[in-house]
Amino acid sequence: MGFTPHTREEIREMLAAIGVGSVGDLFHSIPQALRARSFDLPPGMSEFEMMTRLQELAGRNADVVPFVGGGFYDHIIPAAVDHLAGRSEFYTAYTPYQPECSQGTLQALFEYQTAICRLTGLASSNASLYDGGTALAEAALMALRITGRSRILLDGAVNPFSRSIVRTYLANLPVEVVELPPVCGESDRSRFSREIDDRTAAVLVQNPTFFGCVADYGDLAGQAHRCGALLVSSVYAVSLGLLKTPGEMGADIAVGDGQSLGNPLSFGGPSFGFLAAGKQYIRNVPGRIVGETVDREGRRGFVLTLQAREQHIKRQKATSNICSNQSLCALRGLIFLSCLGRRGLTDLAMRNRDKAEYAKGVLTAIRGVTALSGAPTFNEFTLCLPRPAGEVVSSLLKRGIAAGVPLGPYYPGAEHGLLVTVTEKRSRDQIDLLARELETALWN
Amino acid sequence: MELIYEKSVDGRAGVRLPAGDVPAASPLPAGFLRGEPAGLPELSELDVVRHFTQLSRRNIGVDTTFYPLGSCTMKYNAKALEEGARLFTPFHPMVPLLPGGEKFSQGALAILHRMGKLLEEITGMDAVTCQPLAGAHGEVTGIMLIAAYHKAKGNRKRYVIVPDSSHGTNPSSAAMVGYEIVTVPTDACGDMDREKYKAALSGEVAAVMMTCPNTLGLFNPHIKEICALAHAVDALVYYDGANLNAILGKLRPGDVGFDVVHVNLHKTFGTPHGSGGPGSGPVGVKQALVPYLPVPRVVEGGDGRFSLDSDRPLSIGRTANFFGNFGVIARAYGYTLMLGKEGLIDAGELAVLNANYVLARLKDLYDLPYDQTCMHECVFSASRQLRHDIRAIDIAKFLIDKGFHPPTVYFPLIVKEAIMIEPTETESKATLDAFIEAMREAAVLAEKDPAALKRAPVTTPISRPDETKAAREQKVCHFGC
Amino acid sequence: MTMTFYTKEHEWVKIDGNIATVGITDYAAHQLGDITFVELPAAGKTVKQFDVLCAIESVKAASDIYAPVSGKVISVNEALNASPEIVNSSPEEEAWMARLQMADPAETSKLMRRERYDEYCKGL
Repeated sequence: MGFTPHTREEIREMLAAIGVGSVGDLFHSIPQALRARSFDLPPGMSEFEMMTRLQELAGRNADVVPFVGGGFYDHIIPAAVDHLAGRSEFYTAYTPYQPECSQGTLQALFEYQTAICRLTGLASSNASLYDGGTALAEAALMALRITGRSRILLDGAVNPFSRSIVRTYLANLPVEVVELPPVCGESDRSRFSREIDDRTAAVLVQNPTFFGCVADYGDLAGQAHRCGALLVSSVYAVSLGLLKTPGEMGADIAVGDGQSLGNPLSFGGPSFGFLAAGKQYIRNVPGRIVGETVDREGRRGFVLTLQAREQHIKRQKATSNICSNQSLCALRGLIFLSCLGRRGLTDLAMRNRDKAEYAKGVLTAIRGVTALSGAPTFNEFTLCLPRPAGEVVSSLLKRGIAAGVPLGPYYPGAEHGLLVTVTEKRSRDQIDLLARELETALWN
Repeated sequence: MELIYEKSVDGRAGVRLPAGDVPAASPLPAGFLRGEPAGLPELSELDVVRHFTQLSRRNIGVDTTFYPLGSCTMKYNAKALEEGARLFTPFHPMVPLLPGGEKFSQGALAILHRMGKLLEEITGMDAVTCQPLAGAHGEVTGIMLIAAYHKAKGNRKRYVIVPDSSHGTNPSSAAMVGYEIVTVPTDACGDMDREKYKAALSGEVAAVMMTCPNTLGLFNPHIKEICALAHAVDALVYYDGANLNAILGKLRPGDVGFDVVHVNLHKTFGTPHGSGGPGSGPVGVKQALVPYLPVPRVVEGGDGRFSLDSDRPLSIGRTANFFGNFGVIARAYGYTLMLGKEGLIDAGELAVLNANYVLARLKDLYDLPYDQTCMHECVFSASRQLRHDIRAIDIAKFLIDKGFHPPTVYFPLIVKEAIMIEPTETESKATLDAFIEAMREAAVLAEKDPAALKRAPVTTPISRPDETKAAREQKVCHFGC
Repeated sequence: MTMTFYTKEHEWVKIDGNIATVGITDYAAHQLGDITFVELPAAGKTVKQFDVLCAIESVKAASDIYAPVSGKVISVNEALNASPEIVNSSPEEEAWMARLQMADPAETSKLMRRERYDEYCKGL
């Protein structure tokens, strides 16, 4: 089934207006020798049959109780988010190139930018990037441009997927990427002190670290700035309800994944990346930016601004190649934050930490299970198990629990490490069940 | 309209959180805490609902309005696809990456794998990755794959060739991978100038990036020769899939010599554009590039079960957090299932019919810089109207008042006062006739009453905004921050 | 005495001894529309004739400014940082962008005088 409205009669009239005999004639510029050798696709089907097919496939996925995070988090999403972002004036529109008929999108993105500035404590934000990992890569590229230098210090405590993206993005450029292995889930401060130098463009860190440790990178910001380098901090959006902001730490650029703000897990996407920076860097920011202005009558209005940075104008000299971003997901983020509000976000962050601290307590009460470090944590923490974590996770999965992310695949030597995530959605009963099942798996 | 921050009332609350069924944790040391709560608005749920509902009414989309935005393929977005994607929202992407976790994600992995297979057949390529998150992300991924190919062969390459009609994403994607750009001009037929192309080719060229049909809406009949010439110097040829809708079932990039393609699922495969995203930009490659594809790869075992392969030593690595914009890919999969072979061929043919109909009915009043049969879009110039000081932008704004989203204007850059119209196949003759009437009215007004066009739009929430003020003042955060 | 020359890329250069003052012409300023940003060169930067000296942006365009002559940048017009609109209001007087210490006075032979430049613009 298709969605084309043409009747046979209309096609005939249109061909007559064009002055050709058949639709096929319109393709005369494609020589026969170039025509498709094959187009072996199944016949179409009705909406009902398609939905049946998707339902059957969804049925082949199984629900598990997720104590996994690693960049994507199972948070509440108020029903209003789906409902409002599902208004087709938003979701069937394109990039707001014509501001007069796109004020809805433009004002929402301006409000989104404001929310990101307030969350991160930095003065400017773009209108979203693809995801947290690519946002970190874009921040590294931005720092290289700003400083004119060619060395990136990448903390090994940053999410391994994000690190892989950064390495992929920089692999073909004349840039040295130095990864500094973490110590007990935290940045190796003494190593950083030795490595930050006047060739360094930026120091890339994450808060909380991939291991869950909460940090204050004010000291690294100071060291970086003394050498003329920038501090880039990747942050977990919901944690900013509670934790010291990148701005307060002296970071120059903050990035992160916005999934935790009103976007469903959806098997990894779509979510959005955010990027905020000090105002002095705004011309180096990648992607779209919405700015306030007035119309001919002096009424407030919003437009895409500083477009001369972007690929459609500056081509190979643009700050980034990004065109489509994740606008609708950013809108979801804004609606989510508006529903929660100032106090709601703080409460949500505290609720996460309460649950995680409770879980940390009951899990480390199990014989042989210890916390990786004494560093404070937010809603994720790393356990050291008396057995390889992979085996334990595998056996708990059979009981319908995703107990955490085994660290072995990402940190050779850390095979006994398990990263556990506890969001506000996990009940005390679920946490207690995890503890019982973990104890059983370890000792029975 | 007030900003949501201006509607905030201290102490008002929206959402109630799940029960606190565990003891409160002892507070974090103050040094780790933010000084004060983030200054988010405080509203009731109804306040929030009214605000965003009112904002939505200050927007137009495909569902409200004909949206012939050239190069963007603003076709109808089937509602069933929204329902279909929602079936997969609860599934955590880390689960299949856990030991023994793949069996909990068979349905989602099947969609990724099957959509890849469908795209292989549609584009004539050997393997597809669904990881890239948008068209431009597909481009940069594709150029990284090309760079990996050359590196492995020990080729020393410096340049990427793009025609001057290309999307800006092409040169900027290649530049992000460290290549220098060589731009080849367009000839009198609207194609990349072949003599200048041949002159630009050398052993140092890594890739040639082509949009086919190009941004003028024209098909280049010499495309196979262009690919062969590139291959002769071991340059690979990249297919920008932005305009794939035009040639569905007629031509497959893989058959004529392209080595890498990206597909814009949010264009050709009917997924919504979401006010600028999310998109999805799967990349297809020929066999020689398969080893370099991003990890993890979704692979199908002999038993029909799907798994993730991250152990690929030659891979360029990850280009995104997980497996791509899954929700978008699931929609595109549903779309492809519904249309099937005949539906996709129909879509391409009727998109081309619609564009040529608009072209035929407007070419007497608007200059057509390249007067020939077009593919899925046609590019006019407002140069005739410029004699009355009417520019493409004035015509665009007038169209808003007539109830249409304007076409793309000022792109491609090589056409003066460009007006690029892409009707798509889902629009009826009646809609096109109404649009054509409005365009004809604009052309008449340009001569008779240009001031009326300069005033437009008058029906929108705001009149033309002062973009210079926005760029000079750079107010990008309500609080000035 | 001061002599003014023009380039095909629409820069002007006023030469006074071995000091060359550079800006863009009225024609260029008009073509670009409202200027929103001038990316001034760094003082001390050395450029060759017709190499990129700096860049300029309007709402919908970005253009490179090329050095009409080779030399070393000795000063830039800081006023353009705060008030890029001067490029529109007074492109050939107040909105000079950089002063260069000229490397080779003979290079002016590759530039146009006013009359020829005006002819050139008419042909565009």
